[in-house]
Amino acid sequence: MTYPQEEVDGKERGEKPMMKKNNKRLETKIEGIASSIRVVPHFPKPGIMFQDITTLLLNPKAFKNTIDLFVERYSSMDISVVAGVEARGFIFGPSIALAIGAKFIPLRKPRKLPGEVISERYVLEYGTDCLEMHVGAVQPGERALVVDDLIATGGTLCAAMNLLERAGAEVVECACVIELPELKGRERLNGKPLFVLVESH
Amino acid sequence: MLHTSLHCRSFPSPSHLRSLVLSSRLFPSVAVRTSPTLSLRRSRANRSIAMAATEDSRIKRIASSIRVIPDWPKPGVMFQDITTLLLDPQAFKDSIDLFVERYKDKGITVVAGVEARGFIFGPPIALAIGAKFVPMRKPNKLPGEVISEEYSLEYGTDVMEMHVGAVQPGDRVLVIDDLIATGGTLCAAIRLLERVGAEVVESACVIELPELKGRERLGDRPLFVLIKAKGV
Repeated sequence: MTYPQEEVDGKERGEKPMMKKNNKRLETKIEGIASSIRVVPHFPKPGIMFQDITTLLLNPKAFKNTIDLFVERYSSMDISVVAGVEARGFIFGPSIALAIGAKFIPLRKPRKLPGEVISERYVLEYGTDCLEMHVGAVQPGERALVVDDLIATGGTLCAAMNLLERAGAEVVECACVIELPELKGRERLNGKPLFVLVESH
Repeated sequence: MLHTSLHCRSFPSPSHLRSLVLSSRLFPSVAVRTSPTLSLRRSRANRSIAMAATEDSRIKRIASSIRVIPDWPKPGVMFQDITTLLLDPQAFKDSIDLFVERYKDKGITVVAGVEARGFIFGPPIALAIGAKFVPMRKPNKLPGEVISEEYSLEYGTDVMEMHVGAVQPGDRVLVIDDLIATGGTLCAAIRLLERVGAEVVESACVIELPELKGRERLGDRPLFVLIKAKGV
């Protein structure tokens, strides 16, 4: 289990107890989040241990902590767009967007968005899928954050980033509640930073 | 089909508030007999007109940020696209605030959001009022044990699912979706929740298409919306 490192300020003596206390508080929050996530074996197929965030959403304190941890990180990064991947990215993205004053952009499966869209195809384990974004939702030069509940192989997040970059936006970071490090999604992000709260092995 | 109903109860709608504001503009110098009770009543009325005015300007902004796409997903349908609302952070915040203001003191323990656009509005409301968020999903999306409810579409049927154990008997629930058209989806959500013994306090949407009579399909189940629009 990993969690973001607190920045260490200069002074040694006075700061240490405070930093320890802050880290302990952060650790407790992360533990609370991690322990509220339910693992469902063999879903959607045998061999897969599915990370179910719906139980996190049943714990208002843990859910609030999740959003707060993202907001703390991004509120001073000058993010103007939060892009959430359908459908579980819609659960986390908008609250972050509202808190940091950014636009929220839904990235959707084909034929869900009305009007003009751009599409990005991406590879699945078997076959391909497609992600769409509205034309005009994002302007060139905007700083974007991509949000999803989980990163596995990174295929979906990669497609999301490509859509935003094709529209001229700068993807500042990808953020997920959970990472499955063994599936090496982090490496598929073309060097873009990834921030997660919980790693699951 | 919902077997209840006789008449539907409806809470004051934005258009009701809008007409309040309008009349104060049309008749600014209405003479009022001053007596202590009357002047108290008048200052209360002024306050609620002022509140309605603020609420009204928020609703105006929300309404004007929603894009209408003609002939989508098929000819004749005027699609109410809320994605443009989400591109206006102030309007999006206002829409959430309007719901939160209404529900924060109603003892709501669960906000149930209908996939997928209900996932955009439901969680911020749930977070603000300290309630659980429960996603109501299309089939085969929720892992683990679910209960299902079939409901009719214009052509054919669809199915909505909810996790077993997400909602307890006695939970007070708010159901959220972006829009109510025929009311079929909301009805299915309400049925699922009532099957597990929850009390559905109200359904709330950003937009209602009154011509499609969704409110009637809800029968006596309360419905609150921010905006009414023409859908066809």
